[in-house]
Amino acid sequence: MTTGRRAARSALWGAAALVLLVVLWEVVKVVVPDTGWHVGEASVLPRTDDVAMPHVWEIVTRIGEPETSATGAPTVLVAMLQACWFTLRVAAAGWVLGVVGGVAVAVVMQRSRIAESALLPWVVLSQTVPLVALAPLVVGWGGRIQLGALEWQKWMSVALIASYLAFFPVAVGMLRGLQSPTTAQVELFRAQAASWSRTLVSLRLPASVPYLLPALRLAAATAVVGAIVAEVSTGTKGGIGRLVIAYAQAASGDPAKPWAAILAAAVLGLVAAGLVTLLGLGLGRYRHAEVS
Amino acid sequence: MSDVTTAPDATGSSPSAVSAGPTPAGPATAVDVRGVSKVFTTKAGTVTALDDIHLTVAAGEFVSLIGPSGCGKSTLLRLIADLDQPTSGELEVFGRSPRVAREAQYYGIAFQQAGLLPWRTVTANVELPLELHGVGRRERAARAAELLALVGLTEFAGHFPHQLSGGMQQRVAIARSLAESPSLLLMDEPFGALDEMTRERMQTELVRLCAESGAAVVFVTHSIPEAVFLSQRVVVMSPRPGRIAQIVPVDLARADERTDDLREDTAFFAAVTAVREALHGGHGADVPTRGVDVR
Amino acid sequence: MSATRVTRWVAPVLVGVLALVVWQVVVVTADLPPYLLPSPTAIVEQLRQVVPLVWSAALATGANVLVGLLVGAVTAVLAAVVAARSRIVDGLMSPTAAALSVMPIVALAPALNTLFGTTSTTPRRLVVAVVVFAPVFVNTLRGLRQVQPVHRDLMRAYAASSWQVTRTVTVPGALPYLFTGLRIASSTGVIAAVVAEYFGGLQNGLGSRITAAAANSAYARAWAFVLGAILLGLVLYLATAALERAVAHRNGTVPDGT
Repeated sequence: MTTGRRAARSALWGAAALVLLVVLWEVVKVVVPDTGWHVGEASVLPRTDDVAMPHVWEIVTRIGEPETSATGAPTVLVAMLQACWFTLRVAAAGWVLGVVGGVAVAVVMQRSRIAESALLPWVVLSQTVPLVALAPLVVGWGGRIQLGALEWQKWMSVALIASYLAFFPVAVGMLRGLQSPTTAQVELFRAQAASWSRTLVSLRLPASVPYLLPALRLAAATAVVGAIVAEVSTGTKGGIGRLVIAYAQAASGDPAKPWAAILAAAVLGLVAAGLVTLLGLGLGRYRHAEVS
Repeated sequence: MSDVTTAPDATGSSPSAVSAGPTPAGPATAVDVRGVSKVFTTKAGTVTALDDIHLTVAAGEFVSLIGPSGCGKSTLLRLIADLDQPTSGELEVFGRSPRVAREAQYYGIAFQQAGLLPWRTVTANVELPLELHGVGRRERAARAAELLALVGLTEFAGHFPHQLSGGMQQRVAIARSLAESPSLLLMDEPFGALDEMTRERMQTELVRLCAESGAAVVFVTHSIPEAVFLSQRVVVMSPRPGRIAQIVPVDLARADERTDDLREDTAFFAAVTAVREALHGGHGADVPTRGVDVR
Repeated sequence: MSATRVTRWVAPVLVGVLALVVWQVVVVTADLPPYLLPSPTAIVEQLRQVVPLVWSAALATGANVLVGLLVGAVTAVLAAVVAARSRIVDGLMSPTAAALSVMPIVALAPALNTLFGTTSTTPRRLVVAVVVFAPVFVNTLRGLRQVQPVHRDLMRAYAASSWQVTRTVTVPGALPYLFTGLRIASSTGVIAAVVAEYFGGLQNGLGSRITAAAANSAYARAWAFVLGAILLGLVLYLATAALERAVAHRNGTVPDGT
């Protein structure tokens, strides 16, 4: 089965899962009492009234309607598309920064054993702790720092945090990829008196592709998460993160809107990962077996 | 075809082993293969792995299947073990269908990979078939200790497989295959991944073990000397489609008298030459034997 | 041998100490304003003052992580067991898990607050559970499918029942994969629990404390809470990594460095 057909089949199954989810949603709405269900203090099942859980068709129609009652207001769809475009660009900037940094650090770690033993524990550690918690602390930078002619913008803080999250999976995945050639392969190059850079270009980089692609995809996903979190905690306007919060605050009067924003955020994550997957299509012969 | 050179009693009697367990009473024929064919359907088309195979293995007889890659020798073994089903023809194991024989545990089996469960100790691996068939804890432990002594691994009883060498792992697998004192042993290149020294030692051990237990053996191999050293008959197979080219009787010492000295015996070399020529299909010995290990 | 071992331990420690010293020196000599970067000593000083607060906030967030991890992991394992046996469930769940793993799940937080009430801890725990689901499901399913052909043949030769195969081969073989998934999930779970607090709701966890301190321009204190979050993440990671190592060791396999 070709990759194309397998992808198509996956998409079909995904669509079926989506339909199932919609059905489940409406069933929960019917079965669970409006006030939800509590065990002691903890609420176990959600409230299912029309404010908390609007009907699926209400959410869908809401997307096509104007955002606010003000005249000339764009539809929710247009507002969401604009917000997603903004967030996608910021996340992409962060992703590029993180990927360049991650690849560079991985190459340095591959080159020098000391660098590897000194840096790798920190890279792995940083991946396991919630460094994104720093996001609110980068808020203060907006409008207060001047780097030469460049004034620090709020979106740069957001991109910085996104790059931060993208960096770690790339560094780890790339290093594993660079180290993946077998001893026999490395010794073949050594026997030919190939230089380090020659070995890097002709052996290690091609061999790293199956490791790098999943890392890039993961990095795209974490960059989007990072961008959204950073938008929320820095109060940056214009992105989908901000829209999620703003729509949620309007939930009592306009219950379908927050769900539309969540939908948009989910689609954004899929699109970002999908774009990176497209990037990998051209590298078909290097990716016989992807390692995640 | 069932001319038997040496056929020890199936209920063999020896002090250290292994009185036969689920031996079906009845026929002195361990394996009976009648007109069996096996066709695999793949994307590239159909492949005839076996074509009209007839073979009889007597109780207690040691028979090797040898031939180049793709001659269907492993497939034949898998059919006997009921791991695959034939496309046509009939098989019987001790007079029953392979399925009944498998479910009644008439045979023990060993593969080229030891196939030990990595999370079980050596003892627990040997006990596995007994455990699956409801043998009590104490009896299991006693049997495992006995078998490990037989293969010389008593001191490694508590080790995990990854702590053992390849040869030791394979010995554990052989001990496991003997756990239920089967009247038939099916072995698919069990020494294929071992170095030559270990391999010869294991062959000598296997000859001894089989002589003691009196089990019939169907043994798949690539190696001519191995087949000759172990067997009473060597079944030479040819590929595409898999057929039996010739069956070479090996008239050497009785199984329990085969020792390392035999390897330097002229009769041994003569038998090796006979099998080699059978493999070459009667053409001169200069034809390269592709895929056959002639060490 | 011992020389490499020394490098393996000393080099990262040296780098860590060096980074701290440089950080301190740069902040002090360049007189950086705290909103940009407070000095390590200032952070530690703040941490000393607010330790009880950090502790209680870490407990609140930690409870969210644990409950979410448990719920998410149990659901994922059950789903993987069913998916390993049913093509339909596999077809439905696998793309869903793949999609979930690239979606910004935290965006659900505000809506969940509406669903369960802003005074409830359920929304955060649910976010953690959803985040945890994908890695545990994917890894467990991979483990359940990992049965070696030779083991399958062996169990068939033994005429083992399907329950016996599950008990003796499939489940023990899948355990290391489950624990690898759990280790990955524990890190993402902590991150999700902290970040979910940025989206409103109860104000008792580390995330809320960080935003509150930052909003009051108490930057060193905010960093102290960040440190608390890092320690919480570290504790959970080390616990799950130790579990994973123990299981992998029993299986005679070396855990990979994902």
